Amino acid sequence: MAAEPHVVMGHEAATATGLDNRKVGMWAFLGSECLFFGAMISTYLLYRNRIGEGQPRLGDVYDIPYTSVSAFVLLMSSVTMVLALAAIQRGEHRKLRVWLMATALLGLVFVGGQAFEFTEFVRHGFTFRSSAAGSAFFMLTGFHGAHVTVGILMLLGLFYLSVLGRLPTGDSLRVELVGLYWHFVDIVWIVIFTIVYLFPQ
Amino acid sequence: MAAVTVPTRPAPFRRPTAEHGLVSWLTTVDHKRIGILYGVTAFAFFIIGGVEALLIRAQLTAPNGRILDAETYNQVFTMHGLTMIFFVVMPLSAAFFNYMVPLLIGARDVAFPRLNAFSYWVFLAGGLFLYSSFFLGGAPNCGWFCYEPLGVAEIGNNNSFYALGLQIAGLGSLVASVNFIVTIVNLRAPGMSLMRMPVFVWMTLVVSFLLLFSLPILAIGLFQLAFDRLFATNFFNVAAGGDPVLWQHMFWLFGHPEVYVLVLPAMGIVSEVLPVFSRKPLFGYPAIVFAGVAIAFIGFGVWAHHMFAVGLGPVANSAFAISTMVIAVPTGIKIFNWLGTMWGGSIRLQTPMLFSIGFVTMFVIGGLSGVTHAVVPSDYQQTDTYYIVAHFHYVLFGGAIFGLFSGIYYWWPKFTGHLYSERLGQVHFWLMLIGFNLTFGPMHILGLQGMPRRIYQWPPGMGWELWNAVSTVGAFLIAASILVFMANAVRSMARGERAEEDPWDGRTLEWSIPSPPPHYNFAEIPTVRSRDDLWHRKYAEDESGRPVTVVAGAAHPEEGDGEHDEVHIDMPNPSYWPIVAAAGLPLIGYGLIYHWVFIPVGVLLLLAGLYGWKIEPVEEHVEGASD
Repeated sequence: MAAEPHVVMGHEAATATGLDNRKVGMWAFLGSECLFFGAMISTYLLYRNRIGEGQPRLGDVYDIPYTSVSAFVLLMSSVTMVLALAAIQRGEHRKLRVWLMATALLGLVFVGGQAFEFTEFVRHGFTFRSSAAGSAFFMLTGFHGAHVTVGILMLLGLFYLSVLGRLPTGDSLRVELVGLYWHFVDIVWIVIFTIVYLFPQ
Repeated sequence: MAAVTVPTRPAPFRRPTAEHGLVSWLTTVDHKRIGILYGVTAFAFFIIGGVEALLIRAQLTAPNGRILDAETYNQVFTMHGLTMIFFVVMPLSAAFFNYMVPLLIGARDVAFPRLNAFSYWVFLAGGLFLYSSFFLGGAPNCGWFCYEPLGVAEIGNNNSFYALGLQIAGLGSLVASVNFIVTIVNLRAPGMSLMRMPVFVWMTLVVSFLLLFSLPILAIGLFQLAFDRLFATNFFNVAAGGDPVLWQHMFWLFGHPEVYVLVLPAMGIVSEVLPVFSRKPLFGYPAIVFAGVAIAFIGFGVWAHHMFAVGLGPVANSAFAISTMVIAVPTGIKIFNWLGTMWGGSIRLQTPMLFSIGFVTMFVIGGLSGVTHAVVPSDYQQTDTYYIVAHFHYVLFGGAIFGLFSGIYYWWPKFTGHLYSERLGQVHFWLMLIGFNLTFGPMHILGLQGMPRRIYQWPPGMGWELWNAVSTVGAFLIAASILVFMANAVRSMARGERAEEDPWDGRTLEWSIPSPPPHYNFAEIPTVRSRDDLWHRKYAEDESGRPVTVVAGAAHPEEGDGEHDEVHIDMPNPSYWPIVAAAGLPLIGYGLIYHWVFIPVGVLLLLAGLYGWKIEPVEEHVEGASD
């Protein structure tokens, strides 16, 4: 058997474009995600002023400085994500783990901040059910928070693999893919933050 | 990584190695087997959806039909539409994508074989979930478009099954579309440039992009519907500021691209069949390709023509009327290219060719009636009447189903290794063509006479008696034609003549390998030198451009005729995890409808599936071999 050509599917040849399959796949998926968030943002824009009689508006309950800080935290997590990728590409695995953990923690701070913000809003009567605007707000920001949470799980997964020694330098693409997703989720937040919080109410 | 993890694993983490039997099908990651699974499942749903259609027709044959009561009728026509669109035409197209695309581009499999299996199991889970509603208090009853507030207002769980079932099936299609984009972009054989790809591959790529960009919009609409139903949110609740028209925008922003998702694969098949049975290259290949791409682009800008009667105002209606008429242009280009392909060819009227010609003619009728309701005032007259039912059945049955049957007959020898009975095939075609026109032709008249859609009974004295009776007769003729097809299929599998590699004197790569293809497809990845590469390997041209056979022996320069049988090509091993992960999704769905405890179970199953998937070894080494 040994002398025969021994080919494993997917490894035998460079791809037609020279790009890794997983990378092309991730870009395609992120393209789809644009429409996913686009549909929710459109709904929010339509519904942002649809408030029932006596119901609070988002403008009555939000705290822009608070949310700005958590937005800043999330943006900084993109920086640490870049540093993590740079670390593994240079073969610095201890630094890789530091930056992966830092990114995950910053993401966790953001999600925690969002959870706190949500409870505050609900306490003031602005809820998923209080008005069409409330439904649209919580769906949009909630799905974004869910995306960040999935990202945190992937980062922790990478961290765990690295601790086990199963994330060698040659596998830096796996970090890059999670990074692509992470940056996308950050960029979406810039759009959401601008439209939901900074547009005049 | 693999070297560390391969050798000794506890049993659940071994990759399955069965090559025959039930387990091998449940764990397969071979694109050809997944294609067959898609095809067989879609055909089973076709029978179910067909029975629903016969029930509808039986009920409407004569005035005051009594076979179904109003509630059952609503469920049956809703499920007929959902089944035919999401669980017949889409998966039947997916069957061809799966089986044919790697063969047509000279690849050994798709880019992500396990993800491919996952797509199939998720699709099946969605279908079974949706159909389980019949046993759990009633199926969705709000139409396939589920206009709000109909879907929200229903008290039972019927339309929660709609929202969650389509969500699950849609996830499967989304994953598949990513897979096929990557496959077509990345796994083309050397020399297979984009403009040398068979048109069917082009249409697969276009359809994948359509799904990639339209499904997330449907997903959001379905989430909004589900949240309104399950958590009492206000997306479509007018009292709290919600707007039912938003649903229509969301639905048709998905729904119109979806129409092209249904018909472009059939157009791709027809573009393969016509040249082979006319023995001429496809006329105007670049025009057909770009027309397909143009249809997809414009297809995202015509959705509101489904909403002319909603009251969007004359400006919006005019804009969408114009964009709708514009999309007829690339469609017309394709029609003329197909005619040009047949013109002057030496035409063989065999079954695949008959179905392709049937596609072109029936689709033209459907396209023309479509243009009539692009005209807004005319649409006001036609909307919600049987004229619309006639129109979209000419496009989706006369179009998509005829095209797909053309593909089934064309590639049947490749799929099964057997020839079918040409005589039965022709009987099937003529029965279906006549039955189809008898069923849906009269609906144009009924619609213009004012017979509304979605009614479970109609009163006597309206002058609708004759054409409704004719229509029902036609429906049973279609059913008879399907029985002929099934007889033909069974006969072919049981005692059909063995098929050669190239029974049609084909033009594309799949005809260069045995029928059915070995599990690795190509012993040696072919190098492509031109469009219709296989044809040019077989034929040269004389001075006047007529094909002359290349000297025997030079015919298949790439083929070693058995020399490669000893080649050991490792294909991806089967895997348990795609089906495990997919099984979690309907559990989450039941949890949302009935009791929350199913949700963590479903999530755990999904996560366990994904985790097992991530950590299983790349391949199972049977005799302790190592990398």
